[in-house]
Amino acid sequence: MWIDPKLCVGCANCVAVCPMEAISMDHRTRRAQVDLDECVECHACYRGMSRERLNPTAVRLVRRVAELFRLRFDPEPDVCPTSAITPQELTWPRTVRRAFSDVLVTHESTGILGRGTEEVKTNDVTGRLGPGRAGFVVELGRPSVGARFHDIQRVAMALASAGAVFESKNPLTGLMTDPTRGTMNPEILGEKVLSAILEFQTELGEVEALLQLLGRVAEEIDTVMAVGVASRCDEEGRNPLEAILPRAGIRVLRAKTNLGLGRRSPSGLPPPAGVPPEVPGGVHPSGPSGSQEGEVVQ
Amino acid sequence: MTHSLHRFGRYEDLTGDYIVFAMPARGINDAEAVEVQKAFLRMALEHDPVNIGDAKRGGEFTPQVGLNPLVHWRRNTEPDPQAVVDGVEAPGIVAAVFDEYGRMEDFVRALQAADLGVSINISALADRAHDCCKACGITRHSVEYSLGFQGRTDLLPEKSVLELSTMCGHGTISFGLARKMVDRVRSGRRSPKEAARTLARFCVCSIFNPARAERILEAARGRKK
Repeated sequence: MWIDPKLCVGCANCVAVCPMEAISMDHRTRRAQVDLDECVECHACYRGMSRERLNPTAVRLVRRVAELFRLRFDPEPDVCPTSAITPQELTWPRTVRRAFSDVLVTHESTGILGRGTEEVKTNDVTGRLGPGRAGFVVELGRPSVGARFHDIQRVAMALASAGAVFESKNPLTGLMTDPTRGTMNPEILGEKVLSAILEFQTELGEVEALLQLLGRVAEEIDTVMAVGVASRCDEEGRNPLEAILPRAGIRVLRAKTNLGLGRRSPSGLPPPAGVPPEVPGGVHPSGPSGSQEGEVVQ
Repeated sequence: MTHSLHRFGRYEDLTGDYIVFAMPARGINDAEAVEVQKAFLRMALEHDPVNIGDAKRGGEFTPQVGLNPLVHWRRNTEPDPQAVVDGVEAPGIVAAVFDEYGRMEDFVRALQAADLGVSINISALADRAHDCCKACGITRHSVEYSLGFQGRTDLLPEKSVLELSTMCGHGTISFGLARKMVDRVRSGRRSPKEAARTLARFCVCSIFNPARAERILEAARGRKK
């Protein structure tokens, strides 16, 4: 992202808006500037703020006069008055920043959309997470701290050494040079993203050991991470993790509950061509599905 | 929708925060997803949600991006839920946010009766979502649990800012903007409602709960930094 100094009037509205605190004021030029090493190309400033097209010279004059007379004013905090915020054409490896940080962009680097997959959100239809299995979603950089790929690689390598098999359709897995070791493409190790998700499945019996491992590796990285773990309920609606997690000393508050109301063809119509017939229990014989085309998932 | 999973807050506070969302499975039941998603949103509006959104097109608080000098003093910031319904044009996630359990449960009952065929999820307190399932006679299929934050948690901001910011899990509501809105409310330069709406505009998927944000901002008003 770039802020056009010819247009910027130094209102500083964009400074607070940036999730990575990559925008600051240059007090010498009285213009906002972007630290490109910290900017993750999330486009929060460009998309989140409304863009006026006021004349910059006129706006600067009004601001100077107001300042001269010690007048205070309270501008709308989410407006760029002169449309100074300008997206840039990105090249590899910087493209990975936007792919993982802008929620409305296709993964240019991997060809896969979104930060992750459908996870268990459609498990009642896809059956991608079967009985007796646990699905881990480890998101580095969240909330709003950001993560560099060398930290992501550190966690991925620790998980791989413990036998984690990463989800093949997750875009992060697509950037690994060796998913069995968790090594990332060296060209991107210094790149920073708003967040990125490591996704893998394991047996339920391995959950506690993996949680301990994640706790240890979390102490070695220079960012935060948010962990989610999922499993399928039994026919009574009981979830095995509700016994496992307290044993690991974890008190759960929030969760995402799939109600099991999905089926393979909505509205009672036959399934689309090429889709196998419905299987009792919602298990999809063709295995997991990737993210929805154009979908915003993590 | 992992981005709805890791909301920060105390249990009591989170009892006023429920997200219900619908998602078709790619290549399996997405053939008629657009109409199904519109039906989901129309049904949601009958149960008085505090926010609705289409992850691809934004939600009712999504800002008018392009302004011109003529609207400088007449900027329209009113939510427009009908535009969200009309704007759905491709399969994806649609969501409705509720700040009251009863309305959420009524909506889930309506979804159950409508039998839309796509996957329906509740992102909320695990026990309250389970209560809802039991009340509606629904057997939960799968559950994903939030285990919270680890690592450099010293980099995270104060409680009220974190509560506001994590209502957009994609991270597009910055700590800086949340802190700025808290400060504006404290100094009397914005009402909690105005500040909450400003924050809501930055949540692309519109799962932000402006009613909860108002409560957080109101509570922060009388609190010292």
